[in-house]
Amino acid sequence: MTETILDIRGLTKTYKGGLKALDNVDLQIRKGEIFALLGPNGAGKTTLIGSVCGLVRPSGGTIQAFGLDLMKNWREARARIGLVPQELATDMFEKVHNSVQYSRGLFGLPSSPERIEEVLRSLSLWDKRDSAIRALSGGMKRRVLIAKALAHDPDLLFLDEPTAGVDVELRRDMWRQIDGLRDRGTTIILTTHYIDEAEEMADRVGVIEKGRILLVEDKTKLMARMGRMEAVFTLAEPLPEIPSILSDFPLHQSEDKTRLVYRGGDGTGQGKREVAELTKLLVGQGIDFTALDSHESSLEDIFVDLMEKQE
Amino acid sequence: MSGGLFNARGTWAIFHHELMRAFRTWIGSIFSPVLTTSLYFIVFGAAIGSRISEVNGVSYGAFIVPGLLMLTLLSESTSNASFGIYMPRFTGAIYELLSAPVGFVETLLGFVGAAAVKSLIIAAIILLTATLFVDYQIAHPVYALGFILLISAAFSLFGFILGIWADGFERLQIVPVLFLTPLTFLGGTFYSIDMLGEPWRTVALINPIVYLVNGLRWTFTGSSDVGIWISLSMTLGFLAVCVAVIAVVYKTGWRLRD
Repeated sequence: MTETILDIRGLTKTYKGGLKALDNVDLQIRKGEIFALLGPNGAGKTTLIGSVCGLVRPSGGTIQAFGLDLMKNWREARARIGLVPQELATDMFEKVHNSVQYSRGLFGLPSSPERIEEVLRSLSLWDKRDSAIRALSGGMKRRVLIAKALAHDPDLLFLDEPTAGVDVELRRDMWRQIDGLRDRGTTIILTTHYIDEAEEMADRVGVIEKGRILLVEDKTKLMARMGRMEAVFTLAEPLPEIPSILSDFPLHQSEDKTRLVYRGGDGTGQGKREVAELTKLLVGQGIDFTALDSHESSLEDIFVDLMEKQE
Repeated sequence: MSGGLFNARGTWAIFHHELMRAFRTWIGSIFSPVLTTSLYFIVFGAAIGSRISEVNGVSYGAFIVPGLLMLTLLSESTSNASFGIYMPRFTGAIYELLSAPVGFVETLLGFVGAAAVKSLIIAAIILLTATLFVDYQIAHPVYALGFILLISAAFSLFGFILGIWADGFERLQIVPVLFLTPLTFLGGTFYSIDMLGEPWRTVALINPIVYLVNGLRWTFTGSSDVGIWISLSMTLGFLAVCVAVIAVVYKTGWRLRD
């Protein structure tokens, strides 16, 4: 059985104005995984991260990290947790190297020029080490925040919207960085608005809405369970009715009988196989078509479906 | 080790970072207060002071040295510490401090220690600069150093509280400008409260700064308007109250944690 690195039970946070940001949240994170926490704005993602990292005082519930109670053994636990915040929040007048060095010291580790160099090089920041952070581009500033969070070699890393506002190239670069961290054994929890980011990287996905966890599931299983394939055949001539030979396929026709629509599959590739088979059968039956549009549902579609069901 | 009871490296990191920030902005942090105080020495010590007879047995120029030093210590300690903690709150960079394995003691030692050291550096420069304009002696150098340390620490703590309380740059300035500076000017920086007639002399004794200025003045001239032990008790009491307030702030997370 996979070891649980973070164990959150009954976590509740009610702000002074009465807003319930977290409502009895239970969440277990496995050691070494990348967990993507998805949810719309105001769903409670940042509050959840803040509660674990010591930025938010929970109203109720317990949080255990590495088997340590975060309320009682906060020093020991926090020393092993890293956080990359959503906002570009740091002393912008500080030089990159000094800022990362400061972060390492803050977490109680001795100075290590080699480790700092390694972190800066891995994030392509080494050439900018003597630059003031304010002089860097937005994407580079975000890398500095990641470098700061990695300076103390955390076992558990929170990335709150790590690629917000960065260009596509940098996003892909960051995905590689995050993948590299996973390879080194770091457990990563990321929140993101980019569902493709979760789809690309996460092992498991959690969806949070109005402070409640709606689901936590293995990404592949989730897509298999909720994933769908849609293929639309535009026919050369209207088809009066669907031939019996095609009756095993989940097909229906458009009202004008000029399009044949397939909706099926399970997110594991079954849909693609069936569409290929269907295509052969149509050709074999002499049913001519002029176009074929196919679309496999993404994690985004699943997420949107879930949100719509909630409403 | 950060997992222990005290994170010494974390404390040093905060202290070093804060001190370096002052050197990075040395014109505002160090040069500016030294220049301002030097101007006071020129105007009140050398120009006007030369026309004023002795006060409590010393020249007027020598009399105002501890007062001006106190004026600078109070304002610099307060502003250094308040700015030091307010800026990360303002920019959001405080997340790093709050998520790190550093607690109340490490944070205080780091921020307040750096603010106090900055004040001490400024105090040393001011005292050296003063020798250019005024002929003065330090009657009790060890006590003077101790008193300067205590006052720097106490008002750095006070500044730290201000920096946590403030929710804007205006509020950050309100207390120093509207309360601290006037009380210091009225607290005997430039005069002996014995020069005041009654009832103003008695009224002046309500001003807590009077005790601080006179305590420091005693270490320089060997005489003061109030007893040294009262001055010392007042300073220690103020320091203890500030520590207690910050302890409560950290325990409750007021203005720090949501």
